Amino acid sequence: MSLLIMTPGLLTTVQDLGRYGYQQYGIIAGGAMDSYALRMANLLVGNDEWEAGLEMTVTGPEITFAEPSLISICGGGLSPMLDEHPLPLWRTVYAPKGARLHFGRLSRGCRAYLAVAGGIAVPVQLNSRSTYLRAGIGGHQGRALRSGDVLPVGTPTLRGEVWTEMLTKINGPESLSVSRWFPAYSLIPSYNEIPVLRVIAGEEFHSFREESRERFLSEPFTILPQSDRMGYRLSGSSLNLVREQSLISSAVTYGTVQVPTGGSPIILMADRQTTGGYPKLAQVITADLPLLAQAKIGSAVRFRLITLQEAQEQLLQQELELRRLRLVLEHYY
Amino acid sequence: MGETTDGREFMPNIPGNPGSARIVPLGDSAAVVILGDSISLQIHYRVRALCSYLEHHPFTGMAELVPSFTSIAVYYDGLAVLKAYPGYIRPGGEYYPFPVVAALLEMMLSHIDDEPPPQPRTVRIPVYYGGEAGPDLEFVAEHNGLLPQQVIDIHSSAEYLVYMLGFAPGFPYLGGLPSSISTPRRLSPRVAIPAGSVGIAGDQTGVYPLETPGGWQLIGRMPLSLFKPESVPPTLLQAGDTVRFYPISRREFMEWGEDLP
Repeated sequence: MSLLIMTPGLLTTVQDLGRYGYQQYGIIAGGAMDSYALRMANLLVGNDEWEAGLEMTVTGPEITFAEPSLISICGGGLSPMLDEHPLPLWRTVYAPKGARLHFGRLSRGCRAYLAVAGGIAVPVQLNSRSTYLRAGIGGHQGRALRSGDVLPVGTPTLRGEVWTEMLTKINGPESLSVSRWFPAYSLIPSYNEIPVLRVIAGEEFHSFREESRERFLSEPFTILPQSDRMGYRLSGSSLNLVREQSLISSAVTYGTVQVPTGGSPIILMADRQTTGGYPKLAQVITADLPLLAQAKIGSAVRFRLITLQEAQEQLLQQELELRRLRLVLEHYY
Repeated sequence: MGETTDGREFMPNIPGNPGSARIVPLGDSAAVVILGDSISLQIHYRVRALCSYLEHHPFTGMAELVPSFTSIAVYYDGLAVLKAYPGYIRPGGEYYPFPVVAALLEMMLSHIDDEPPPQPRTVRIPVYYGGEAGPDLEFVAEHNGLLPQQVIDIHSSAEYLVYMLGFAPGFPYLGGLPSSISTPRRLSPRVAIPAGSVGIAGDQTGVYPLETPGGWQLIGRMPLSLFKPESVPPTLLQAGDTVRFYPISRREFMEWGEDLP
């Protein structure tokens, strides 16, 4: 089984849920920016959530399926088409041999995830298949995909095989078929134009001037063009400390809102460094990271402060809902 | 509230109290144990001891540890923590993962004085000093009123401690540069510095792991890679290591077996 990359799109990389256990060595966690969408796409093709898929950014790639494949596309609206048929997101799709996946106009969000039954079977490096662009490891040869790349696909699970059989019964093995089942609407995030991201106070929250804190929590901030998988640079009000202080470098994580001297905040994203020394104003809650990951360059975000308890309750609820979906899917064949 | 083994009352949440620690959240999936507020050997040893204890006695749901100069970030899976410690409710009755993790960490802190001190490894690193590998050696010498050879002798006779790794894969934050060769950064940074370059910036010395721009004063270059993705662990150095540099000739540098990074 393999995928042929005809054109790569703007930035298409192999990603799984990240490289864990190596941050103590300065090796970044990386992984899918919108891990929720990748997990869903995996579940919808019968994969383990940890399998690798493709993260496609703004302009999607063109891909040919060398063999019949069970696929799912979740996340941002990059208007996927299989040959001439528009494909819905958040579904299980049977793609016949030789089918060509391509993308159209960008609507909601900016990153879509393609999962294939069996997963993208590039070698595991340091416990993950995620592409680590700067160090040139993981993914497909440690880099973003290019025209002509051929990606290996693993063996589908029994569940994947059974779903393929169910879907081919509808139109036959030569034709596209889309599942009538899909996750409950409550499980599908709505990637709003101006998302309100819930944050908890960062370690230096109270070292910022009160008016800076108030501005952070009331005004919109625009995502600047210098933003990437490492960090989102924000423009907007300058945020300042009560008095300048130099901090000792310590761990930072996905969603950490840090403010370098100069006062413009940066939100650390999937490819953030393991440690940092700038004041930590806030932390975007894990449950809202998908909304942040789907916010486009040039668009605005807002912040709302909640408590750690609320943040953890949100995360647990999201995890329990995914777990429930997984249990249902595991019995649906 | 736990008690340390020597009977001192353990006081979380009180910063600056010697022997005390603070446990604060880093987002909703990690807790940070802060063991001090300045860089010192004593605090570094406590960081190492807690890391070592946690590696040998992980709690259920503990995912990953990231030690730094004065603190350790402990990443965890909240769902696994609540499932494993269902009855663990603190006074006040809050029931969500962080207080449970904080209580577990407090308990573990009381054990770190029993941890055998880690046996530091000494890693010897060959450096080709001066020449095209160390274009700023002369400047460092002049700045400190020394001859270039004296800078080499001083740099290669000191012992350095790897306080932590961060910034880039395998990049060591080294302590122990003799003040007699400390030199401020260059006024205009170089556009590209080759990987393996050994430099001085203020009172720090370090090695560039990847080719990057930078303003360090370059005194030499090593023929080893800091990041070794195929090795276990995947880095030349680990936190807690002792590092010694030793001079090699240009020829030895060129003929070094390992591929240059």
